[in-house]
Amino acid sequence: MNDRFEIPARLKNTSMFLIAVGVLTLIGGIACLLMGHNSTDVDKSRFWAVLLHDSVFFTMITGCCIFIQAAVALAQGSWLVAYRRVPEAIGANIWVFGGIATVVTFLIVFCYKDSHGINAIYPWVTPGNDKVLLGKAPFLNKGMFVGFTLVTVGLFTFFGNKFRSLSIAQESAPKNDTKIYWKVFRLSGLFLLVYGLTQMSTIPWLWIMSVQAHWYSTLFSWYTFASAFVSAFSLILLWVVYLKNQGNLELVNKEHIHDLGKFMFAFSIFWTYLWFAQYMLIWYSNQPDETFYFKMRQQGPYSIIFYANFIINFCMPILIIMSRPSKRNYFTVTFMAMVIIFGHWLDFFQMIMPGPLGENWHINWYEIGIFMGFAGIMIFCVSRTLSKASLVPANNLLLKEAVVHLS
Amino acid sequence: MAIKKFAVAAYDDEEVLFPAVKKVRSSGYKIHDVYTPFAVHGLDEAMGLKGTDLHIAGFIYGLCGTSTAVGFISWIFTSDWPIIYGGKPHFALPAWIPITFELTVLFAAVGMTLTFCYLNQIMPGVKKHIFHPRQSDDMFVMAIEINSHMSEQETVAFLKATGAKEVNVQVAEAGWWYGRWDKKEPYELAAGN
Repeated sequence: MNDRFEIPARLKNTSMFLIAVGVLTLIGGIACLLMGHNSTDVDKSRFWAVLLHDSVFFTMITGCCIFIQAAVALAQGSWLVAYRRVPEAIGANIWVFGGIATVVTFLIVFCYKDSHGINAIYPWVTPGNDKVLLGKAPFLNKGMFVGFTLVTVGLFTFFGNKFRSLSIAQESAPKNDTKIYWKVFRLSGLFLLVYGLTQMSTIPWLWIMSVQAHWYSTLFSWYTFASAFVSAFSLILLWVVYLKNQGNLELVNKEHIHDLGKFMFAFSIFWTYLWFAQYMLIWYSNQPDETFYFKMRQQGPYSIIFYANFIINFCMPILIIMSRPSKRNYFTVTFMAMVIIFGHWLDFFQMIMPGPLGENWHINWYEIGIFMGFAGIMIFCVSRTLSKASLVPANNLLLKEAVVHLS
Repeated sequence: MAIKKFAVAAYDDEEVLFPAVKKVRSSGYKIHDVYTPFAVHGLDEAMGLKGTDLHIAGFIYGLCGTSTAVGFISWIFTSDWPIIYGGKPHFALPAWIPITFELTVLFAAVGMTLTFCYLNQIMPGVKKHIFHPRQSDDMFVMAIEINSHMSEQETVAFLKATGAKEVNVQVAEAGWWYGRWDKKEPYELAAGN
């Protein structure tokens, strides 16, 4: 059985090319900032906001892959086991994206100031006499930000690597030995606690919601989680389909693809539910301190992205992958996975950009180049991790159940 | 009402039932239905049953629910009885979405339940012939239609050879009908079963 993944030269070259594009874009961005004589505050904010957007987006997807493993292990689910090396490999690379996000956010918090001495991305860093920001200072301050970020990235890195190493250790464990299984089970419970207190609550508040520090939504973390969750399933699906095309993952069949398609479909609807719940309550109560957020996005300069977001992330999944045959068709699910990842990238874009940039937003060479760079890092790191161990979790207690699984 | 003659074979194991079903189909017999005490995975494929279009019906019911909700609410609030409340416009679409959603779900759920009952011929107050009293307990029961071109004895012998524990021939109503479980139908009394 073809259970080892040899990185094809084409994939490696593609990832190298994408990383090179990302690095060149970053250098280009820095050069424009340093040498451009008329680089304004908006240009500087754009430079940082785009880095923040992509690093946070990729960190959250990666973190979600760890969450998926933990949730499935806790539910004693077998449906993931046939291709569990994929979420494991993505989750084990959280240190890369988490590390980048840590560096970017810390640079923004500690180093970035525009010409008025204001931090345009995280306004709470320089509250001045703003009563609202001063009122939030006990939570929104540098110490809390640094603490939560380091603890989150550290714990995610620990759990991401732990789940993978335990899964690999099971291969050489005695046959039908349940010791590792129950260890993963206990660690999963612990991780869900960590996850609930970080990515499902505080981390999106600090990383994303505090970009518009005057605004708040109690639903926000769930909403970003739903975005990341559906993107994580799309990412897993892309890897599974890629590996199958390479002749690996022979145990994975249409039933498993159908499972992933179901998750992509169902959690697109779940995302819409949260998206709308957040919107409708604010629309209905019509409080000025809440509605300015949507005023800018829905009726202001971001209305194109606002409606594109709805069409790409709700209308397209519900119409294209609702039916059973389309969820079992490799082309439609692959296409929709790419569409969903792009759609949720746009979703994060419209969460972050309106605060610092106002009406001067772009999706241009810089935004696309940085995104390509992150995609390149993802392809490079995950393929390297995948090639280091067998793709078949041999000796896993649930492997047989996973293979005969009917969707 | 279509009263037909059936050869009924009862098996005590699904491991025997599966090859039997395949053999019966490949020999050209027409399986009326197979009754099992629990859902046997893969039996529908072995029997050659095609998937139903229940889900397409569900989609259409859902669309009916959506359009009923949006149409009815917008008619009331924009032309029949327009009221301003909460300072919202008359055509306040976001406020209607929860009800639209609920009605979509309600229509789809109720419609699909009724369609499911129709496709499976089950409904309160409706009766179907029971081929074997233990088909919901521990026996796997296969009923084969016998038409005028077939020999009764040959069919029974064939079914016995597939490993059936009990084989008999019954005259029974093929479909469903309004009736009471505590009363026998005239044809049942006549056939003595």
